[in-house]
Amino acid sequence: MDAAKEPAKDASSSQPQVASPEAGSSQAGSPQVIEAHKPAPNMPQFTREEDLHAYHEMLLIRRFEEKAGQLYGMGLIGGFCHLYIGQEAVVIGMQMASIDGDQVITGYRDHGHMLACGMDPKGVMAELTGRRGGYSRGKGGSMHMFSREKQFFGGHGIVGAQVSLGTGLAFADHYRDNGKVSLTYMGDGAANQGQVYESFNMAALWKLPVVYVIENNRYAMGTSVARASAQTDFSKRGLSFGIPGEQVDGMDVRTVREAAARAVEHARTGQGPYILEMQTYRYRGHSMSDPAKYRTKDEVSKMRDEHDPIEMVRKRLLELHGVPEAEIKATDAKVRETVNAAAEFATNDPEPDPAELWTDILLDAHA
Amino acid sequence: MATDILMPALSPTMEEGKLAKWLKKEGDPVKSGDVLAEIETDKATMEVEAIDEGVLAKILIEEGTEGVAVNTPIAIIAGEGEDVAAAAASGGKPKPNGAGGHPAPTPDMQAEGMADKPAPAAKSGEDAQKAPAAPAIITNKADEPVMEEFPANTPMVTTTVREALRDAMAEEMRRDGDVFVMGEEVAEYQGAYKITQGLLQEFGARRVVDTPITEHGFAGIGVGAALSGLKPIVEFMTFNFAMQAIDHIINSAAKTLYMSGGQLGCPIVFRGPNGAAARVGAQHSHDYAAWYSNVPGLKVIAPYTASDAKGLLKAAIRDPNPIIFLENEILYGQSFPVPQLDDFVLPIGKARVHRTGKDVTIVSFAIGMTYALKAAQILAEEGIEAEVIDLRTIRPMDSETVVRSVKKTGRCITVEEGFPQSGIGAEIVARLMVDAFDYLDAPVLRITGKDVPMPYAANLEKLALPNVAEVVEAAKSVCYK
Repeated sequence: MDAAKEPAKDASSSQPQVASPEAGSSQAGSPQVIEAHKPAPNMPQFTREEDLHAYHEMLLIRRFEEKAGQLYGMGLIGGFCHLYIGQEAVVIGMQMASIDGDQVITGYRDHGHMLACGMDPKGVMAELTGRRGGYSRGKGGSMHMFSREKQFFGGHGIVGAQVSLGTGLAFADHYRDNGKVSLTYMGDGAANQGQVYESFNMAALWKLPVVYVIENNRYAMGTSVARASAQTDFSKRGLSFGIPGEQVDGMDVRTVREAAARAVEHARTGQGPYILEMQTYRYRGHSMSDPAKYRTKDEVSKMRDEHDPIEMVRKRLLELHGVPEAEIKATDAKVRETVNAAAEFATNDPEPDPAELWTDILLDAHA
Repeated sequence: MATDILMPALSPTMEEGKLAKWLKKEGDPVKSGDVLAEIETDKATMEVEAIDEGVLAKILIEEGTEGVAVNTPIAIIAGEGEDVAAAAASGGKPKPNGAGGHPAPTPDMQAEGMADKPAPAAKSGEDAQKAPAAPAIITNKADEPVMEEFPANTPMVTTTVREALRDAMAEEMRRDGDVFVMGEEVAEYQGAYKITQGLLQEFGARRVVDTPITEHGFAGIGVGAALSGLKPIVEFMTFNFAMQAIDHIINSAAKTLYMSGGQLGCPIVFRGPNGAAARVGAQHSHDYAAWYSNVPGLKVIAPYTASDAKGLLKAAIRDPNPIIFLENEILYGQSFPVPQLDDFVLPIGKARVHRTGKDVTIVSFAIGMTYALKAAQILAEEGIEAEVIDLRTIRPMDSETVVRSVKKTGRCITVEEGFPQSGIGAEIVARLMVDAFDYLDAPVLRITGKDVPMPYAANLEKLALPNVAEVVEAAKSVCYK
């Protein structure tokens, strides 16, 4: 497992950088444990500005999701609401390695990805409450939001569907030869869907510029990875297609960004797809109505206390970069203000006009 | 500022619960994410987390209290630097429920038994709103004569349906570099049914893409490319195999425009042979016209003639919406006159009166037209003038043309190869009940494929499909002859 977590030495190699099929199989049946974050020999370091950026971006997601949970509890958000709390380092590290024009697509746990793409928290929150100022004008909801401007392609409620769609985004990049990359996210649950492997096959066959990010938060709803997966090392899932893969500590934004840079470079330079298994953890239930009987409270609190992606950065800001506590508190206050403003907007914005029922079904062919 | 902590809901339908345990006591400092209390219902337990930093100033509901209503203040948090005693005295007023009220129960909550009773439907303080009427889809106005679709003196070229489809794709690919075709055997093999013959030679492998046998995957890739603005033509070797891909056709292609509030259109054509060929058995003989016609967000086209195949496929490729283009293997080799025009494009959503008559209306589409036209010929010899309408587009359905004809004839039968229940004929019957009830002189009859999986044996297959005699008999029956 340690060997698999080692960053690949040769980023330009198109050979799969995965261990032999035997290695890692011993994990099956026992819960994965992410080792405590002692500095690894080659641990990538962030500058003061990078850590400040990561802190702000991750904290925005954290506070936004806490607020969403609160609004759900108040009955203002309906249906399903899947929170990203605990996984913030994954999407922020990935975004730090991407460029404008790269596309992002994910499944239903999507609020963090939208904020990371730069979508307006007000528009996202107002979609959660089903109001006219939401990104989908209240017609999509938590799982179905998009922004062509920010190149965010959803938000998909069918587990695994986004993997073929994201491969199609990469097909379009390849067709246009525009140098852009599709960042296609899925969870450990989606990674067992058949169309994922159909997509892997075509992406490798046609050398499409796609990075598959498998966010392994250990549970597909209530089913642990060990109970659902014959091969629990998701970085190996592209092995038979010759797709290189890595297991990455997804709780540390620095390791995420480093691996992301390698993967994105691989895809952007015409070498085809790349798989990143992000070992992460969701603190909250699968959705708001999840009683979480499938894991212990100790497991959750151990992750929060010892591996929290935001606390790690906060500590570095204080201890390594010498950022005054007052400056960090100012960031906290700014984020809280942004989130409160989003909640305020999402609470007071009117519901969609009834006439919206009949709009956006078909585009006018003669427009 | 002091903040009230409210009793949260575990699910949209929860109205009250038990405050099982306080994990913090009055005077304890709290920070965001700290677990304050545990609440439970008979279904589940949940932790109440602090959202804000401060001090737990006052506990309003003691642990062990049952029947605590959702949104009741259960504690007060004093903000940083705030006077705890003052905060404790300030808050705790019940708050009104959010504007959204309790949302409707969702399937997994119902499955978990959390939805004990239907959620109240009231929204924004009003009673349930009445849905606004659907906007009328203008196809043919009732009094509008059938338009000529090309000038009367246009030279006509005899063309097979197969060639017409190929010509349509080639013309549109020449016109627009974003149009490409993908599917199994479309390139080097020249098409499993030779529909894409010659396209690889003219447009190259970048735009004529052979895929592996992987319908679910390549349909999704096609939809993804379309969401990004390309205009894919996805060929299914037959629509039977599109069953593997139907999730992307419905959930990804048809619904995304609506779910994105109009941001993401999906300009894609899914095409290929549909329905029964000959002696290929149940898994290769299904007619999906009714299935796709059920879905808002799709347009569904099923041409009969080569001319319609060409003009409608060109329109489909240019249309900014997802299109299901249903062809028929048996019709591929049939020849029809096709107008020799540089750019022959037909409107989607318009039926055509293929043959005029005054006694009975026969409505059909695609290969069903072969039975309808032969039957009309036989009926004419027996003195019954049938008007035969080719729907051409199944969705949006041009019921105006059908209604106008039925107002004239007073009688109607429908012909299709698909199954009877919830079929295209059933849809036409329902529309005529509403729009032509007073004009009908007889019940509308449906001629359909039989309600059985398609058998292999030649005699049984023949029995399973509609036949001309059935159409003739039904037409006579509604004419009381």
